[in-house]
Amino acid sequence: MAPHGNPEAPGSAASEINREAPKVAATTEEHQESPWSLWEVFVRSSRGLSHVHAGSLHAPDAAMALRNARDLYTRRNEGVSIWVVPAEAISSSDPDSKGSFFESPQGKDYRHATYYTKSEGVKHL
Amino acid sequence: MSNPETTDFVIEGHGDISVGVHGAGASGDGSASATRITPGNALRPEDIALEISRGKVKPSEDVAEYALRIGDDGLILAQRLGHWISRAPELEEDIALGNIALDQLGHARSFLTYAGAAWGKSEDDLAYFRREHEFRSAHLFEQPNGDFAVTIARQFIVSYYQFELYTALSASTDPTLAAISAKAVKEVDYHRDHSAQWVLRLAGGTDESRKRIIQGFKLVWPYVDEIFEDDELTARLAEAGVAVQPSSLRAEFDRLTGEIMAEAELEIPGVPQSLGGGRRGKHSEFLGYILAEMQVLAREHPGASW
Repeated sequence: MAPHGNPEAPGSAASEINREAPKVAATTEEHQESPWSLWEVFVRSSRGLSHVHAGSLHAPDAAMALRNARDLYTRRNEGVSIWVVPAEAISSSDPDSKGSFFESPQGKDYRHATYYTKSEGVKHL
Repeated sequence: MSNPETTDFVIEGHGDISVGVHGAGASGDGSASATRITPGNALRPEDIALEISRGKVKPSEDVAEYALRIGDDGLILAQRLGHWISRAPELEEDIALGNIALDQLGHARSFLTYAGAAWGKSEDDLAYFRREHEFRSAHLFEQPNGDFAVTIARQFIVSYYQFELYTALSASTDPTLAAISAKAVKEVDYHRDHSAQWVLRLAGGTDESRKRIIQGFKLVWPYVDEIFEDDELTARLAEAGVAVQPSSLRAEFDRLTGEIMAEAELEIPGVPQSLGGGRRGKHSEFLGYILAEMQVLAREHPGASW
């Protein structure tokens, strides 16, 4: 073995490791049979705020998804609470129906409090 | 350690951490993003170095030797785990193992910084400029990563041991050891959870994964007894309330690991125990290669900075 050789393949005892337990990364065909499912991650940055979508990740199940989310999305003190949701459980609006979904409220300024004038004598407004 | 002023560490000097986000950290800000970042406040190796440079902290020879053992355990394991980066079975697991490696490195830096104060050496002097026989890590920590199951088996043993150790050391009469351990124990608690989750999944997964975790435990279990071995140093320190006898941690380790092993329907491997000797500088053939890789840059370019 070279002096700067791979410590993964040490001079002795390695025969057992190499024979019985090849590196997991090498068994890609198995790995591709059942890829981990996708999870969406929501992080609450502090008390009183809402959970905000932070990103997504892969995990074999919910328990590991929470742990992966902790490792991926709260590395720099970003959160005090995490939700993970299977990506397939989220229904989203159709980007092509933006007009019918989101343009209707435009111009309806009576839906905003600022549209109305304050009545005289009303306190605490 | 008779000076009562040393019992509370002044956490300061965080100004050198650049968070890279303008105005980050305003809690209660309605527009705060989920990725708001703050460095937080925790005991860092730099804080310990500062206390040392002010002459407030200096370990006795015994305490330094003890801190060296624990620090070396973390350092060597961090180097081992770091090898998984870019090689783990999934990106997420890659990061999980990297995080654990960095936690271990953080503990090692604190312990080595503290140990070095006894001999006027820095953490880098100890990490990069000691020879193999001067390292005090136990054999378990230098065992090869093997496949993912071997790494998980090793990590499972390490984290359950370290949790008991740091829990006990949090009550040490040595305030620096207590402070480092109090921070480390929370991180190690997560390492326990991480490895236990994987032991359960590998054991209860496919025939292949079960075969591998059984083999993994068979390969690393011979190194368990060594980490619970008492010697004259631990006896003296336990007497003084600075440390605990490693053997006193064994019962709880056996109970808690036994619970997970039982749940995973795994048996404790009936394998003979290795002779050990890491605490006396007698290492297996693996450590030299780890050190060669870890130390080469610092030795080729002494004093280099970047």
